[in-house]
Amino acid sequence: MTDTPILQYSFLAPILIVLGGAVIGVLVEAFVATKRRASIQLSIALFTIFVSFISLLRIRNLTSAKAAFNSVMIDGPAIFMQGTILLIAFFAVMIIGDVDHFTAQASAVPGSEEEKSAVQTGRQQTEVFPLTLFAVAGMLLFPAASDLITLFVALEVLSLPLYLMAGLSRRRRLFSQEAALKYFLLGAYSSAFFLFGAAFLYGFSYSVTLAGIHAAVIGGTANNVFLLIGLLFVSLGLLFKVGAVPFHAWTPDVYQGAPTAVTLMIGGAPKLAAFAMTMRLLVDGLLPLAIDWQQMLVVLSVGSLFIGNLAAIAQTNLKRMLAFSTIAQMGFMLIGLLSGVSNGNTLLAANAYSSAMFYVITYVLTTLASFGVILLLARAGFESEEITDLAGLNQRSPLYAGVMAVCLFSLAGVPPLVGFYAKLSVLQALLAPGQTGGLILAIFAVMMSLIGAFYYLRIVKVMYFDQPLTATTVSAPQDVKVVLTLNGALILILGLVPGGLMTLCAQSIVKALGT
Amino acid sequence: MTSNNLVYLIALPLFSSGFLMILGRRADKWGHIFATLISASAFGIGAFEFLQMLARPSESRALTQKLFSWISVGTFQVDASLLLDQLSISFVLLITGVGTLIHIYSIAYMSHDMDRRRFFAFLNFFIAAMLLLVLGDSYLNLYVGWEGVGLASYLLIGFWNQKPEYATAAKKAFVANRVGDVGLSLAIMIAFATFGTVSFSGVEEKVSGASTAALTGIGLMLLLAATGKSAQFPLQSWLGDAMAGPTPVSALIHAATMVTAGVYLITRSNFIFDNAPTAQLCVVIIGAITLMFGALIGTAKDDIKKALAASTMSQIGYMILATGLGPVGYAFAIMHLLTHGFFKAGMFLGAGSVMHGMDDEVNMRKYGGLGKFMPITAITFGLGYLAIIGVPPFAGFYSKDKIIETAFNAEGIKGLFIGGAALLGALVTAFYMTRVIILTFTGTKRWDEKAHPHESPFLMWGPMAILAIGSVASGFLLSSGNRFVSWLAPVVNSHEADHAEHVERFQPVVVTSMALVAVVIGVAIAIVKYRSEVPRVAPTNVRFFTKIARRDLLQDDFNEAVLMRPGQALTKFLVATDEKAIDGAVRTVGAAVIGSSKGIRKTQTGFVRSYALLILLGAFALLATIWVVTL
Repeated sequence: MTDTPILQYSFLAPILIVLGGAVIGVLVEAFVATKRRASIQLSIALFTIFVSFISLLRIRNLTSAKAAFNSVMIDGPAIFMQGTILLIAFFAVMIIGDVDHFTAQASAVPGSEEEKSAVQTGRQQTEVFPLTLFAVAGMLLFPAASDLITLFVALEVLSLPLYLMAGLSRRRRLFSQEAALKYFLLGAYSSAFFLFGAAFLYGFSYSVTLAGIHAAVIGGTANNVFLLIGLLFVSLGLLFKVGAVPFHAWTPDVYQGAPTAVTLMIGGAPKLAAFAMTMRLLVDGLLPLAIDWQQMLVVLSVGSLFIGNLAAIAQTNLKRMLAFSTIAQMGFMLIGLLSGVSNGNTLLAANAYSSAMFYVITYVLTTLASFGVILLLARAGFESEEITDLAGLNQRSPLYAGVMAVCLFSLAGVPPLVGFYAKLSVLQALLAPGQTGGLILAIFAVMMSLIGAFYYLRIVKVMYFDQPLTATTVSAPQDVKVVLTLNGALILILGLVPGGLMTLCAQSIVKALGT
Repeated sequence: MTSNNLVYLIALPLFSSGFLMILGRRADKWGHIFATLISASAFGIGAFEFLQMLARPSESRALTQKLFSWISVGTFQVDASLLLDQLSISFVLLITGVGTLIHIYSIAYMSHDMDRRRFFAFLNFFIAAMLLLVLGDSYLNLYVGWEGVGLASYLLIGFWNQKPEYATAAKKAFVANRVGDVGLSLAIMIAFATFGTVSFSGVEEKVSGASTAALTGIGLMLLLAATGKSAQFPLQSWLGDAMAGPTPVSALIHAATMVTAGVYLITRSNFIFDNAPTAQLCVVIIGAITLMFGALIGTAKDDIKKALAASTMSQIGYMILATGLGPVGYAFAIMHLLTHGFFKAGMFLGAGSVMHGMDDEVNMRKYGGLGKFMPITAITFGLGYLAIIGVPPFAGFYSKDKIIETAFNAEGIKGLFIGGAALLGALVTAFYMTRVIILTFTGTKRWDEKAHPHESPFLMWGPMAILAIGSVASGFLLSSGNRFVSWLAPVVNSHEADHAEHVERFQPVVVTSMALVAVVIGVAIAIVKYRSEVPRVAPTNVRFFTKIARRDLLQDDFNEAVLMRPGQALTKFLVATDEKAIDGAVRTVGAAVIGSSKGIRKTQTGFVRSYALLILLGAFALLATIWVVTL
């Protein structure tokens, strides 16, 4: 609307604050003594996220404000997703707060003298905190981007720190570095697809803004081939982050190889960000093409449900199993995203998109808690990520076994936990238009969830009915204990009274669709 | 009229029961006192309501209380409501009155038991459930109480479940009752399908519009329910084994109250049976068969409690018979039920008192001459005995005599048959009850040297004495001036008031004389037969009839051959089907899933190049999909 170079700092404040915190973190890394670094970094990270959240609250009532030369769109869904991402990030940073999970010196060659001396002298580097903040800044920008260039920048800002962090494991460093490299290569590959698609969309519409593309689609005179290729390739770049089949292959390897603390980061907030952006692209930019991308999402969700659930059964590694479970869960979420429009009728859209949003938020909450428990198990001095390591957990640490069981039951969709309600609302959205295709997909999804219940509940069985292989109990700092308990309780409470969160989701969507 | 007090009748004992169970061992010291006081206060409420009811004119005596709206599905509305009318108050007073006496008795009887508190919690639970049964204002509310008393009965029969045969007895009672319960639930379903309501008043209103077939169906299903709960033929087999429970339980549940629930059910459903002659005829036949069946078993039992149980079965047979006789019979059935509640409970407590003094020995062949050692027990038991065999002016005479008389005066040839059966039953009753008296209290002592028979403490003989007074006086009090018949009239035959002109085939005097002669003959035979020495071990060279009577007229053999073995065969077949066919199919599915899982796992090669290829191929496949749709 305006040509004067005004950035509207207040609208961008949440993002800028996080970036600022990250820069301070880099400086701390350079100038503060090793011993005090870890706790200072942790405090800075938590404080930054907190202040960012406060500044977000100040602009919470904006409905469609633009900033930074129209490249950032601050509206209902953006603010809601940013807030959720900040909350999740806060939880996540608290859970991973202990730097013992990470290698002392990432640049040292694994097994070298340099590495040994770094460990022995306690020269622990803490770059993970600034990296996390950079990634969070990318995530915050992601759902607010309103043109393809900004979107690409956000995508890279979010991804690059995560690639690095995946290689930071303290134990089994080669494995971790392999995962980091794979993640980076495939991420770069999908980014290339994204750029390629962006070029096609530009070729179609002569615009890089979502609004411009939208206008061109409605105009409908231009080259349809470019549009469809562009749609597909841009979506690919986003759905790669979501981990939908067939763009899923990195997920198990990276989840397993990365340090559990980083897996927790990768499996959490980025899914939220990617979901929000996918929705923005498809709904804000390309809604008239719904019939095309819905078809695409059907294929993706069927594939994700099928591959994710079936492959998870054969896994013996807990993190790998949860990776496949993520793929399956994202397949379920996509169902919500694809049920919005039926025969050009958008009346049911708000329900469908808010059900998908609800699904992804609750999924991320559950992931946080379950990886948090795995993280604590690993503290006991050995890598604890095989399913058998959980044997008899209930006898050793009933609290964590309980949290884990709540997570697993929720993932399996057992009432009264939140996972049940999430699945229910997605299926309701799918069935609302009353079409046969929807019914078939719903039946398929339920069958696949049934298979899913098997591998989730098997872990519950291992935790509660198998004899423990070791007598080690799980100890955790008080704050982590509180966070995990709170998280588990939240999964239960949101399942019992889902109304509040559901209303928030619906309100933010309605605000966006209403314009 | 509505009332707000009725709920306390049920709530008090229910609360107390849960309270004692939750507190556990902490309540061991005072739990029995607490439970007894609760039971007594329930009796207090009952008595208060009774006096209030007396003060009201007969047409406005019924009270109702709506507790909450229970089920509300479309047009199907059921409230949890209570109804206290002339019929239910009779039961309320019996249940809480006899119940309280038995609570008191149990304080002493169970004093050496580790789990006395639990026993009292169960007793209170029984009181609550039984009160709900008689106070529910619809078949569905009644059903809840019906199941509740079934559970209480199961828990109390198996109270000493450390003995496997006692646990088995509990299970047997439960299973037999379940068969009857199915009848009740079917009756409720048919009633709902026919009338669209299951409340007593609603059904009664619409009964004239229903087909005879539906009414007969409901009636037969209700009868099935009654045979289960009231141990009537063909579901009678559990009652004898139910004597495994502590004796106060036998007195309260398996003599005075719960087993009479079937009589209550039929009386309460009078509007159905009066319009379903076939079902009514079946009621009469079942009653006649059972009264003979029980009486005959009673002649051969040496176990004092089992002899009394057989007698209970027989006496309830009388009541069922009376309920099948239409409007004239209901009042006599309930009257006999009340008098029976006194004398049979009294005799069971007497039997418990004897066992208490004889180290829990139940075999009457090892008693003998106990009258000298336990005079109070002998006297109270003796009064009960005179009542049950029907000697005037004791209670049983008034109630039983009326039933025999009504039976003889039933229409057609039916009257002669059932009247004859009732009369013969009276003779056999006199015989086996005299046998019990002779074997237990008179003659020479046959007990072991180490037994030291002694009179029971006051807490035990006090209740026995009160019940004995009831055995003496209740009959006269209820029947003089047709008091009870007119009391109950608004409930059972208000709609049949003009139906009273039945044939007077026999004058009352004639029937009474015949009944007294039968009693004298029965007593005489027993005296002649057991005058001489009684062997301590039951002789085996007895007549065929005695042999099968000792085996409960082959009831268990019949059930085992006809129901149990085919049932086991069917179960085996089903298990085999389950394992081979169903599980086989399930395992195949599971194996297929795991197989495909392993297949998919192979696609996860770990090579970045193949992952990248997968993404590329996926992109092309999706592009193709979109293309197909767009074209």
